Amino acid sequence: MTPAAFAYSRAATVDEALDLIAAGDPATRVLAGGQSLIPLMKLRLARPERLVDVGRIGELRGIRDLSGGGLAVGALTTWAALLEDPRVTRYGALADVLPVIGDVQVRNRGTIGGSLAHADPASDIAAPALALEMELVARSAARGERTIAAADFFAGAFATVLGPDEMLLEVRLLGAGRSAASAYVALPQPASGYPIAGVAVSLTGTPGGAATTGCVIGVTGVGEQQYRAYDVERSVVAGTPFADAAKTIAAGQRVASDIHADRDYRAAMAVVMARRAFDAAVARQG
Amino acid sequence: MELIHRPASAGTAATEARIAIDLVVNGERVALEVEPRRLLVDVLREDLDLTGTKVGCDTSSCGTCTVHLDGRAVKSCTVLAVQADGSAVRTVEDLAPDSEHLHPLQAAFVEHHGLQCGFCTPGMLMTALDLLARDPDPSDGEIRHAIHGNLCRCTGYQSIVASIQEGAAVMRGEPPRTWTEAHAAPRSTAPAPDR
Repeated sequence: MTPAAFAYSRAATVDEALDLIAAGDPATRVLAGGQSLIPLMKLRLARPERLVDVGRIGELRGIRDLSGGGLAVGALTTWAALLEDPRVTRYGALADVLPVIGDVQVRNRGTIGGSLAHADPASDIAAPALALEMELVARSAARGERTIAAADFFAGAFATVLGPDEMLLEVRLLGAGRSAASAYVALPQPASGYPIAGVAVSLTGTPGGAATTGCVIGVTGVGEQQYRAYDVERSVVAGTPFADAAKTIAAGQRVASDIHADRDYRAAMAVVMARRAFDAAVARQG
Repeated sequence: MELIHRPASAGTAATEARIAIDLVVNGERVALEVEPRRLLVDVLREDLDLTGTKVGCDTSSCGTCTVHLDGRAVKSCTVLAVQADGSAVRTVEDLAPDSEHLHPLQAAFVEHHGLQCGFCTPGMLMTALDLLARDPDPSDGEIRHAIHGNLCRCTGYQSIVASIQEGAAVMRGEPPRTWTEAHAAPRSTAPAPDR
């Protein structure tokens, strides 16, 4: 299979890339590692008229320390590069998700920024991005730079708040103190590896979960888009035992249904994955 | 159903303008002009006659198109040739000069029944070499995790894992073992990780 014809430009710098997308043409797509976009183009589910290849922009690669113990991850950093960096183990949910994203070949080429901007409603990374409250730095030539909280970033299936003239530059992880203990657990669809339900839980508070002062939950694969389970979070902080609070994790969502998992099963699995993620996060506290 | 071979149409010349790329393929520099939409695997197979790399699923699932791009295993059906411009590509053809002098990993696949139909083998070899470059002595579980993106519909994987174990041992400098010897004493019994 060959994609439909398109015009191709390669940007050498961020400024060059922003100039190439400055017209805000929705038929122009930014190409990073291509591990999501190219398969869709081959199936002709995506038919961009122009690709702006940012894959060679060195300034978008790599991981640096932020003051306060956080990390800034360049949007073009591959999953493999993240996996090989011992600093990511500060973030339990991130350490959990990296080995189950795609496969070796996909992780060698796929990038964190590309995946987030692609916004597949069943992407594994979405749940840890939400639970760890990642901050996404984006820039456009006309409007400059802005920082978007992960919770505000996703705007539907395969949709984000990024404008067509805007590009993701960096993904920031806050100081580990703010998300002292986190975990991600998913039920993968065995053939594709995509989560039927995937839940990341991040906890702050005293060990054992007895006095949880903060609870952030990201859910992927379950609803029409990836989401924060705000009601469950509030209920847990108010003192409800997690297993009880999590029963409504899929409430109010238009739960996805397909040949692998119908609505009821998927919603039930979301509850199970949430409990497992919570237990794993608690085990990491202290 | 009638199948028609359609050459690239002239009607979309503006978007199908060819782009000059430079690759180093199996150590040799190659200059090509390609349409942006052409996939690396098609350029390798059709333009460079390197048909050892196979197209299996063509949907990024099966891994038989795996080659090394700048030293890392990638699925060449999911890389545009233009993305590989300036990069080093290594294909299965580079592993052995001829069938009398197989790479130790290839020899292990032969001896330890790591293939039946052989269609997945090029990808299995290239993915296994990516693993062994980073971890020369992996457990069975680590091997299974590494070949998660390579599908085999013949062997059931057991003999592929054994072949990679034996190939890795020879690459570490240990003497080759026959299938019978290896069967009597497996090198690793570590359990596989979940995924």
